[in-house]
This record gives sequence, C-alpha cells and structure tokens, in this order.
Amino acid sequence: MSDTRDRIVLAHGGGGEMTRRLLAERIIPRLANDLLSPLADSAVLAPLKGSICFTTDAFVVQPLEFPGGDIGRLAVCGTVNDLAVMGAVPKVLSLALVIEEGLLLSTLDRIIDSIAATAREANVVIGTGDTKVVERRGGDGLTITTAGIGELREGARIDARRISAGDVLIVNGGIAEHGLAVMSAREGLAFDTDLCSDVAPLTGLLNAIFETGADVRFVRDATRGGVAGLLADLVDDTGLAIEIREEAVPLSPVAHHTAEVLGLDPLTVANEGKCVVVVPEREAERVLVACKAHPLGRQAAIIGRLVESDAPCVELVTGAGGRRVVQRPYGEDLPRIC
Amino acid sequence: MSDTTLQDICRQIAEASNLGRRINLMEVCGTHTVALFRSGVKSLMPANVRLVSGPGCPVCVTSQAYLDVACELAERPEVTVCTYGDMVRVPGRTGSLEQRRATGARVVVVYSARDAVKYAARHPDEQVVFLAVGFETTAPATAAAVLEAEQRKVDNFTVLPGHKLVMPAMRALLSAGDVPIDGFICPGHVSVVIGVNAYRPIVEEFGKPCTVAGFEPRQMLLAILSLVRQAAAGEARLENAYGVAVTDEGNAAARGFIDQVFKPANAVWRAMGTIPDSGLALRWGYEQFDAFARFGVTLGEDYEPEGCRCGEVIQGKVEPLECPLFGESCTPADPVGPCMVSSEGTCAAWYKYNRPRAGAGVAKR
Repeated sequence: MSDTRDRIVLAHGGGGEMTRRLLAERIIPRLANDLLSPLADSAVLAPLKGSICFTTDAFVVQPLEFPGGDIGRLAVCGTVNDLAVMGAVPKVLSLALVIEEGLLLSTLDRIIDSIAATAREANVVIGTGDTKVVERRGGDGLTITTAGIGELREGARIDARRISAGDVLIVNGGIAEHGLAVMSAREGLAFDTDLCSDVAPLTGLLNAIFETGADVRFVRDATRGGVAGLLADLVDDTGLAIEIREEAVPLSPVAHHTAEVLGLDPLTVANEGKCVVVVPEREAERVLVACKAHPLGRQAAIIGRLVESDAPCVELVTGAGGRRVVQRPYGEDLPRIC
Repeated sequence: MSDTTLQDICRQIAEASNLGRRINLMEVCGTHTVALFRSGVKSLMPANVRLVSGPGCPVCVTSQAYLDVACELAERPEVTVCTYGDMVRVPGRTGSLEQRRATGARVVVVYSARDAVKYAARHPDEQVVFLAVGFETTAPATAAAVLEAEQRKVDNFTVLPGHKLVMPAMRALLSAGDVPIDGFICPGHVSVVIGVNAYRPIVEEFGKPCTVAGFEPRQMLLAILSLVRQAAAGEARLENAYGVAVTDEGNAAARGFIDQVFKPANAVWRAMGTIPDSGLALRWGYEQFDAFARFGVTLGEDYEPEGCRCGEVIQGKVEPLECPLFGESCTPADPVGPCMVSSEGTCAAWYKYNRPRAGAGVAKR
C-alpha cells in the first residue's frame, strides 16, 4: 500500500486543507488565468458585443485516456464545439470535476494539463470550476462537466428550419475514428491499431467556413450516434429526405476495416472532431475549398444532399450501387458476437 | 474476376437467374444478413432472386427457456451473469437481463468468454455464470475459457451451455422440406473453423449447391452468382468464394478446443425444437463448470411470445413483413422477439435498412 499517497482520497473533497492543496498545487497553477485565479465564488465577465450562446455537457468515457485524447480534451472540445457549430466564438468555460477516490494523482495531473492545452488551442479560458470527490464506485474514476459561453458572430443563422431541398451536406473528414479508437483501448476489447480519436476543437475550421460569407444553414458536430444520428435528426427537423453516397463519405482504410471486424456501421460510430455542414448547392464549392485549406478539413467532402420525399428518411447509395436506409442507432452499438 | 466490376457481376446474376421462376438462396449466417442489407447487395437482386435468412443469428436461435434460466440465475444474490451484449435486451417470460440489471442484478457485458474468467478471478465472492451462446465461432473461445478457469483454479466460474452447431440445423431445415431452398450462402466466420468440406453432405445428400462467402460486397455477389448459375444448370457443387480466409479443412486447432471440453448434445432451437446433436454439453471432467448442474436449474418448456413469428423468420418460412408485430408492437426500441433485438437479427436488419413502406407498419418510426 505504498502508493496510497499517490491517489485521490475522500479527504481531497472535504473542503479542508487537503482540498485547498489539491486546488492550489495541482489544478489552479495549470489552468491559471485572470478570471479563475482570484478564486472568487463567481467569475466576472466583461460584456460581450453580440448575442450570447450558452451550453453545457457532461463527460464520461472509459478508459479516461485513449489513443489521440483523454477525458479532459474531450470535455473542452465537446463544449467548445457545441458553441462553435452555432456560429459562436467560444470564450469562457466552467469546469466541474467529480473524482472517484482512488484515481491516481498523476492521471489527474495529465488530464488537467490536457484541459489547459486544449483550452489554449481553442482560445478559451476556464473561468470557474468546482471539484468533488466521491466514494469508489465502478471505477470510472472521473466525470467532468463543462459549460461554456460564446459570442454569436454577426450574421450567423444556424437553424435547421432554413434548410431546403437541394442543399448539400459537407463533412470535414474521416468519420468513426473517435468511437473506434476508444473501443480499441477498452478493457476486454483492447486491440492494436493505428487509429486515433479525432477529438479536436472545431473553432478554427468553423471560423474559416463562416468567413467565406456563405449562407451556412446548419452545422452540427456528429458525436454520439455518429453521422447517422445527426442525419436522422435532420430528417425529423426538416421533413426532407437525405441521400448520401457511401463512396463520398470520408473513411480511412483502418477505420473501415476496424468497423468491419467489429460488425459496426461507421456511420453510427461517434466522432469528436467532425461536423456536418449544410449549405446551398451554389455555395458548396466555396465552403469545401475553405475546409480543405484548414488542417481539420483536409479530407472534407460533399457527402450528399437533401431531397423532397413523401416518406422522408436517410438513404445511402452504397459502394456496390445498391440502396439502403440509414437510421439512428438504438443505443450504443455493440460489437457483434461472432 | 478481380477486374470485373460489381455492376458486371450484378448483370451476370440477372442473366443467369432469368429462368421464369423464383430462386431462393438462404444466407445461413446473421452477419451475412446484415452485410447484404448494409452493402445494398440485397437491393441489387433481380425480383425473382430471393435472399432468405436462415438460423444463423446466435441470439435468435437461443430458446426463450434458456433466457428464462439466465434471468433466474441473475436474480440470485450470489450470481453475476457475464454475457455478450446482444443477449441483454431479449425479453424473456418476465423481462430481460437489461431490466434485471436496472433493478440490481449483476449483469456484466463482456466481449469474450475469457473476460468472464478474468472477472471471476477478480471477484472471488461472486458466482460468475457465462452465457455460452453462438456457433462454432464462439465455442472455441468458451472452451479455451473453461480450460483457463481449470488451470487457474477459478472455482467460481461456470458456463451456461447454449452453443449451437450450424450443420445439424441446415440438415434439419432440409429434412423438414417445407422451405424451398435453391442453394446456401454458407457462413464466412463459421467456415473458418469447420472448413468448406463440412458442407459436402448438403451437396451430396440433399443436392443443394453450397458456396462459402465473405462479407465484402464482391465476395457476396460472387457467391450469389455461383449459386444462381448452379441453380440454373440444375447442378449442386461445393464452392468457396472466401478463399482468403476459409480452407477446405478449416481450423483444426479451434475444433480441438471444442472437442476437448465439449461433446455434441441435443439442443433446443428457438421454434425449431430439439435437434439431435446440434449443441454442445460439457464433457466428463468439466461438469464442474456447468451452471445447470451447479445451480440445479433446468430448461423449461420452450414457448414463443404471443403473436411473435421469430421462429418462422429464422427458418426462412416467413419474411419479417409477414409478422403482424413487425414495426407495430415490435421495434428495435421495444422488441418482442430476438430477431428484432440482435444486431444480426433478420427483423432488426429489415427494420433498420429498408425504406419505410406505406401500410407495412414500418412507417411508424
């Protein structure tokens, strides 16, 4: 039991000296900024010029660290991306950590470092936060909740109701990489792969897209439920059908084969750095060029379009030339039995 | 034929199948059912070529009675049920394992039998029961897990034998003679273990063409072309369109594991009843790993949920749309039968990949 001092214990959440030291020695120095450092009960923000976008998200992932990222990077990107896809410029995040006793302090350090680095990359600050410690449970170790505030850029009107038949769908790169990378690291399923999670802040890419001046009708990041879930939502929201071409959907060979072996449809697997952008056809090329000029959009492609239909659904024209419907997955898709 | 385009193969299938009658090809394996839909191959078939799903979805062929025993065990305070994910949502007489878990039963989803042994070793105070289902693909892994438990002396590990063998089921279907089948698309993964030659009796005794297929569109289309041509010529041969993975003899080492731990036994198939020597029971010397024996439980009489036609679906007797529950009271979110639950289930695939059709009940999504 020589390593008990290397781990989080319940006393770290008791509000006493242990809590003060955890914050002062391990968390605050890594995240320091003018809003957070005074450790007041609230952060005081300067007024923003535009309308304010506000969102929140909770993060659980097993394992906490996976190829290409960790729960900290995920927690920053998730909230940043929810703001960015609305056309907002993300500014400030809150950070609440619920830590299970037993978590290695070194793991916590790496995750906080990752939060700090990702926040810098996304050009946001952690303005306020909280830490709690709970008794050891299933061993999930750490749950993170972030909320975020962003300033809506002038002229951005992201609204599924503005979508019309003929509009095209663009995705910014290879899909399914986050979900498959996390599975590759999961206990009991672990397999060797070159796959890395695509988790990344999309702020820069979306900046580039909005700066084209194109009439961007809708953007959403294709997280849980994958691209399939997102498109199914769009059908519900617009009453239009969607037709996509399998050959046009960016998918790396390694992701393709990994999904095949696990019996999963890449369209239903989670992404954390991919978004679907809906623009009028006449502006698609311009947006595509802007995407491809950005590091997170090199593999961007037009994957399909919205069409009128009596029985709206998402339909895929397969590589073999056949057709089939794409639906949102029921829950979490599990690898097949045989 | 590697430079032939998929469109060319489709054209050849259309030409060869132009016989003025229906050609029924059964894909035995659930993974094929899904792959045929997902790749769009099913939608490319000429109207008279019907791809019929067979009894090859591991969850779907599992009897309701087996599931009831699993649920009964899960309710015992000392027991932890370890299972493949697809099994947890199948409703039994009194609900599913998923519902049991929500009310406090320990039901752990594992990806392999070995993980269940590992879990048991880490939790010596729990009685860990692994739901051993699936065909020749998963049976070697179960056997290896039993051997590992024996070697590591993991005494709190048992399996609930529910494995099935593919060949006896194909024989039973053909012997019953009430499903018209012109040829079999033989399973890819199972054949890796049992080998192409295993199907020879189907060809020689029953005169049915058999072609082993992989899961890529090209491999499936070539298998279909092979079967359609044989049907047209009135021939029956054994062919292998999955040569990259499947050999004539199969994987003897994997079969060795099965033979060491298991012996053939009568097994109850959902709605098909008891098929002689179509399952696996633990051999003498390994009975201590048998959950039926350790917990004194037995399979009750099998039954079907009211109105559910899963039993006929897995035998290719009806298509999902012919079931009155399909898309109405039975959907993936609220399934009645296993064919709607399993990711390899025929009904789930029909529901998931078909266009909603007016009047077919599918429109109510």
